[in-house]
Amino acid sequence: MKKKIIFSSIVLFCLFVFFIFFKSIYKENYYTPQILTKNLISFKSKDLFTKEIVHSDHLFKNEKFILINIWASWCVPCLQEHKYLMNLKNNNSINLIGLNYKDKENNAKKFIYKNGNPYDTILIDDYGIISIELGAYGVPETFIIYNSKIIKKYIGPLSQKNIIEIKKITKK
Amino acid sequence: MKKKIIFLILLFLTITNYSFGFEKNKKLENKISKNLRCLVCQGQSIYDSQSDFALSMKLLIKKKIDNGESEKEIYDFFRTQYGDWILYEPKINKNTIFLWIFPVILFIFGGYLIFRNFFIK
Repeated sequence: MKKKIIFSSIVLFCLFVFFIFFKSIYKENYYTPQILTKNLISFKSKDLFTKEIVHSDHLFKNEKFILINIWASWCVPCLQEHKYLMNLKNNNSINLIGLNYKDKENNAKKFIYKNGNPYDTILIDDYGIISIELGAYGVPETFIIYNSKIIKKYIGPLSQKNIIEIKKITKK
Repeated sequence: MKKKIIFLILLFLTITNYSFGFEKNKKLENKISKNLRCLVCQGQSIYDSQSDFALSMKLLIKKKIDNGESEKEIYDFFRTQYGDWILYEPKINKNTIFLWIFPVILFIFGGYLIFRNFFIK
């Protein structure tokens, strides 16, 4: 009797452990905060081309939807999503801001000259601090901001499906 | 001569004071960065990691400490941005209670087994 109890409890325990691993193995670890911060962080950054200092409050005051896309010239998936971003270029309800993550200025410019510039503004994030403050997990990553709130975030390169979704969201 | 001595004493005091403050900040920075999970290599703390994002996070922590934010404020910031998952030592709440209590239950259960086998027989 005693042995049976011990045996069954061991089996149950193994099943339990297996169940937890099984559940979590396919689970994405990426987390989108439920209570989105009301006041977005404010930061200062330089424009890649004009070298003007841009204050974020100024950008977020905009009535339009703001898309912040974190990219870098060294990042291969960024090149992949670039054509989709070009697709959003002439969209009037979107203010597309590129955040150039830890990049060399010349390389970033070359990337833009070669592949076209979908962005309305490109800001420099030399030390990667702004990206972390926004809550980014990696490059590339895209945030949709409206009324100073992050309403949606895409981790990883955008796909055609995402672009359709973005257009739908920003149509409102 | 007197002036020189006073000057030297003041200089000495400012230097030691400065380096003391610096050390204190550095200690706090290390403590916080040991308790934050690296976003890229998730088994590591950002203290150990050299990935780009971990380096940025360390810089951000330093900036926040220099701005006079407390340890709790910094943890709260990372928690709202990335969730409980980012902390190696999450706060006790509805989601993490199991994580905290389970080892205690195991410990008590094991203790009970040992006690029963060795002392009651």
